[in-house]
Amino acid sequence: MKVQLTVNGEDRCDDVEPRLLLVHYLRQVLGLRAANVGCDTTSCGACTVLLNGESVKSCTVLTVQADGQEVTTAEGLARDDELHPVQAAFRQEHGLQCGFCTPGMVMAAIGLLAENPHPTETEVRQGLEGNFCRCTGYHNIVRAVLAAADMMSSAPEVAK
Amino acid sequence: MIPAPFEYARAESAGHALDLLAEHGDEAKLLAGGHSLLPMMKVRLAVPSMLIDIGALRELAGVAIDGDDLVIGAITRHAEVAGSDLVRAQAPLLAWSAAQVGDPQIRHRGTIGGSLAHADPAADLPMALTALGGSVELTGPAGRRTVTADDFFAGYFETSMEPDEMLTAVRIPRQPGTPWGYQKFTRRSNDWAIVGVAAVGGRVALANMGATPLRALAVEQALAAGAAPADAAALAAEGTEPGEDIHADRAYRQHLARVLTERALAHQAG
Amino acid sequence: MSILGTRVVRIEDPAFLTRGAVYTDDVQDEQLDGACHVFFVRSPLAHARINSIDLSAARDAPGVIAAYTAADLVDVPELAPMMAAVDQHMTQPLLAGDVVRYAGEPVAVIVTEQPYQGEDAAELADVDYDPLPVVVDMSDALRDDAPRLFPAAASNVAITFGDAATFDTGLFDGCEVVVTRTIENQRVAPAPMETRAAAAAWGQDGRLTAWIPNQGAQGTRAALAAMLGLDQSDVRIITPAVGGGFGAKFGADPEAGLVCLVAKRLGRPARWAESRNENLAGMTHGRAQRQTVTIGGSRDGTVQAYRLEVIQDCGAYPKIGTILPSLTLLMTPGPYAFPRAESAAVAVLTNTTPIGAYRGAGRPEATAAVERAMDLFAAEIGADPAQVRRKNLLPPFTEPHKTAFGAVYDTGDYAAALDKVLAAADYAGLREEQARRREAGEISQLGVGVSCYVEITGGGSEAGPPNENGTVEVHPDGRATILTGTSPHGQGHETVWAMLASQELGIPMDKITVKWGDTDLIPEGGGTGGSRSLQQGGAAVRQASLELIEVARQRAADRLEVSASDLVFDVGQSQFEVAGDPDAAVPLAGLAETERLFVRSVFSAPGPTFPFGAHVAVVEVDTGTGKVSLRRMITVDDAGTVVNPLLAEGQRHGGIAQGAAQAFLEEIIYDSDGNLLTASFADYPFLSATEVPSFELVDMATPTTYNPLGAKGIGEAGTIGSTPAVQSAVVDAVSHLGVRHIDMPTSPQRVWRALQAARAAAGPAAAGQTAAGPAAEEDR
Repeated sequence: MKVQLTVNGEDRCDDVEPRLLLVHYLRQVLGLRAANVGCDTTSCGACTVLLNGESVKSCTVLTVQADGQEVTTAEGLARDDELHPVQAAFRQEHGLQCGFCTPGMVMAAIGLLAENPHPTETEVRQGLEGNFCRCTGYHNIVRAVLAAADMMSSAPEVAK
Repeated sequence: MIPAPFEYARAESAGHALDLLAEHGDEAKLLAGGHSLLPMMKVRLAVPSMLIDIGALRELAGVAIDGDDLVIGAITRHAEVAGSDLVRAQAPLLAWSAAQVGDPQIRHRGTIGGSLAHADPAADLPMALTALGGSVELTGPAGRRTVTADDFFAGYFETSMEPDEMLTAVRIPRQPGTPWGYQKFTRRSNDWAIVGVAAVGGRVALANMGATPLRALAVEQALAAGAAPADAAALAAEGTEPGEDIHADRAYRQHLARVLTERALAHQAG
Repeated sequence: MSILGTRVVRIEDPAFLTRGAVYTDDVQDEQLDGACHVFFVRSPLAHARINSIDLSAARDAPGVIAAYTAADLVDVPELAPMMAAVDQHMTQPLLAGDVVRYAGEPVAVIVTEQPYQGEDAAELADVDYDPLPVVVDMSDALRDDAPRLFPAAASNVAITFGDAATFDTGLFDGCEVVVTRTIENQRVAPAPMETRAAAAAWGQDGRLTAWIPNQGAQGTRAALAAMLGLDQSDVRIITPAVGGGFGAKFGADPEAGLVCLVAKRLGRPARWAESRNENLAGMTHGRAQRQTVTIGGSRDGTVQAYRLEVIQDCGAYPKIGTILPSLTLLMTPGPYAFPRAESAAVAVLTNTTPIGAYRGAGRPEATAAVERAMDLFAAEIGADPAQVRRKNLLPPFTEPHKTAFGAVYDTGDYAAALDKVLAAADYAGLREEQARRREAGEISQLGVGVSCYVEITGGGSEAGPPNENGTVEVHPDGRATILTGTSPHGQGHETVWAMLASQELGIPMDKITVKWGDTDLIPEGGGTGGSRSLQQGGAAVRQASLELIEVARQRAADRLEVSASDLVFDVGQSQFEVAGDPDAAVPLAGLAETERLFVRSVFSAPGPTFPFGAHVAVVEVDTGTGKVSLRRMITVDDAGTVVNPLLAEGQRHGGIAQGAAQAFLEEIIYDSDGNLLTASFADYPFLSATEVPSFELVDMATPTTYNPLGAKGIGEAGTIGSTPAVQSAVVDAVSHLGVRHIDMPTSPQRVWRALQAARAAAGPAAAGQTAAGPAAEEDR
């Protein structure tokens, strides 16, 4: 069936099977492969994107459910060559190693900071409870999100 | 792991959804947030041949007051329930419970109606509804009826809803200022409860101690008779035949029920 | 100003963050255009005869191009066990033929046009199984009457190391105190975030190109070539970005071989990516040892003797896990100066997923065993566990120290590591707090666990002593390229190898490209595992850079018509200058103009190195529910010189988290029929961010003399130290209630059962009590 989505600011119109998961639409139809599939049980969050500005697990959203809506993926964050503050913080704090969980982790962090701009460490960990990482032990991911929160609250014009 | 193929229709209204349900019978399932149904479909434990998407029906979302009740539309997302000033004021246990479901991404999508209709005995909201003495509004071709939590959860992932009915709203008796306690025992924070306890207004409900959320009637009766919370809590496992799994055997689950009930009651007592 | 030792952020990251790295399932290549998709039908039973497989309905399903069973692969030999000493009857077919030996074993292949279609068609595969008796427990598998996985083999034993029959029956004579216990080092899932995948295309020339996530392309090529009966020269492995390996992505799994075969048969490229649920059953598992430790000594805390007996569960087919006990035995005494010690191991098959390497690969098991033994001994004599350790540690050494087990520890100061970590943790303060809570009978008890460890990194292989190659080339435009035989999958070699070359060549890092993992470009290499990469691969890059400078020096001398000894290399300017004549200079890049300027160098290490450390874990145990909360991890992990502290800390964090997760959270569970119960990320308790705190890392760097960098391997050290520290802390939290041991993972139920048992042993009055009162603050 026909769906119309706005993905990273670009309008798209495609014909998809009802069962096509949003993550596979992004990866296979649009070629946006930053979001990854890491599990079968909506557990790991590697597929996290923003749907209408809210973090969702795109493996558990049907593309048809997103019809008429806005999707933002990791590929849609950087402005020209400048990293989004959360991306910059992840690099600065070494919050990624193999990188597989990273796009989903970054989108979840952006969703978290949009709702809670000044989280405590505990709130960051709880806010990322749906995003698994095997490499970092979460230590530097937490540092990155806290650093991004500082960056974004002191420079409101780049907060979006 | 992806769902088996199915047909899909978007409902234009609640009435339209009911028409589609009637037309497609047992083979159709309603799709709200999809975070109870789609995970089951992805591992092919559920194979409906048609999904009727009601997720966009704004008329079925929102929180309002109706007399003595707090009324929450079935399509209201967990995040909205958790963050609602109205829910926090009128039934704070429910707001807390919704905030425990899964993780933030899940809470952005999952709905209260979907979760209740899914009727997982280990889930937060069925237990919370039971403790609060709430009820669900079911709408069908014959009209609307209200069913209490005690009567709604019929068995393991089973409700008393007819195949041609839709859960359209949730009603909670307003109880501002009523103390409450809530215990959700997990290995990891985004897990389902190994055992859960919710206590409010003299009612105590248990999660994952049976095929449905259970009322800890022995505890309630003891409290009503003036027993100290610690003594009442010792009765929490009475009448329960909890299942066994990789996290807990029967004896341990029953022990947890007692300990967690005591803690919920202690918090309730301030 | 040296760049080495500074916190350089990674070159890799901007691409990883903005577009995502390109993993195997992401690869777009014209050779893969029009690829078909491979899906596996897997056995639901742990042990069964296959009577028949009917794929006719599957073949008729939408989009199905072909479907194969073992009957279609009669010319493909079964895989022989990797080590010659392992029972050679125990061969593994690519697809199960007559019999399946573990739940999840592939039995058929379905090939479709679109990715979603394979799962649909697989449901129509009709496989007729005849169940056979199942053996899941490794001790049961050793019994004479155990179901046999390979009736042609003498038993289910794959290989033995040492021989318990030759043990000294008088080993513990003269010991005032002897304690023995059988403990579990449980099976866990490596669970990298990227599951397994493969893509294959055959050229017109008959050459195979395969994209496979791996930890060493050269080893993967060798494995694949052997599997398919090809010359290695006919196989090209390309390594895309790899989303974690942790030891489970070495070589090639049968599925990868089958993807290549499918592509050959159909004359069309083929792709495969497994789901997480397949991964949890299909990727090799880790650990899975049952250990009997016996420790004896005197009441003053001196250990006189230690014995370790290991049963290694191999799973259904002997893989790398089968031979890891040899490393466990090698590290039997750990950092301790035991006067007498002996060990032996038996590796046995069971109807479960095969066991492979998992971060630490045999060494965490040794440390966990000896640390548990030290705690049991300390408890028996009523002594402080840190004191008992201190008393028995080897004294510091700067000359290599050979143990009775044949390990040659290069450098070490184990007591200093212990002292540092105890100070950083405020050990005395922790014991005070613990005493206060015990006195008050609080629900939430504090536990403190201490571990000391030494581990072996950068060992050699059957191919020879430890070595690695590195090629450095300087281009006329001032850029440089590095080719390495290592195989990073998150460790940051792109950044660190560039640092090392930049340091010597004076070329800025952003002008240096690092390449690996393409066997056409780099036909030899040892890959990344055993924490070998920096100490061998990095050393090779540095060595090649220095040799390149000398080659360039001669060219510069010729060009400037001076003798080489008159030239000085100014790293800051990346140019050669005539001493005393600054105008006579030539840039390094200029010397690549007429002839390529590159050097391939092999760095050979004299042997493996031995990082060491000490960890303190602080836990709270809710004595009402048994739930463990990890509050603090304080660690010393000394792996010698640190080239990039930012990345070294990251390796420590990741290792600490995985090791802690084994201690209190993660385990693979089978039922007695061999069904995998922890079959998804909902059931397998994979560590999430809320279960661990931020870690407190203490710096300590005792260089090795084995390479010019002074570096040992850091990748696995954190895992090795943290597991026993956390387990120890949990037991410690409730030791005053009579608990001496709790097996890993210390799940709430296990802890609760231990408390119940201790109360029952203490007598009827104690047994009747239940913990009462409020618990942690975050509950309601």
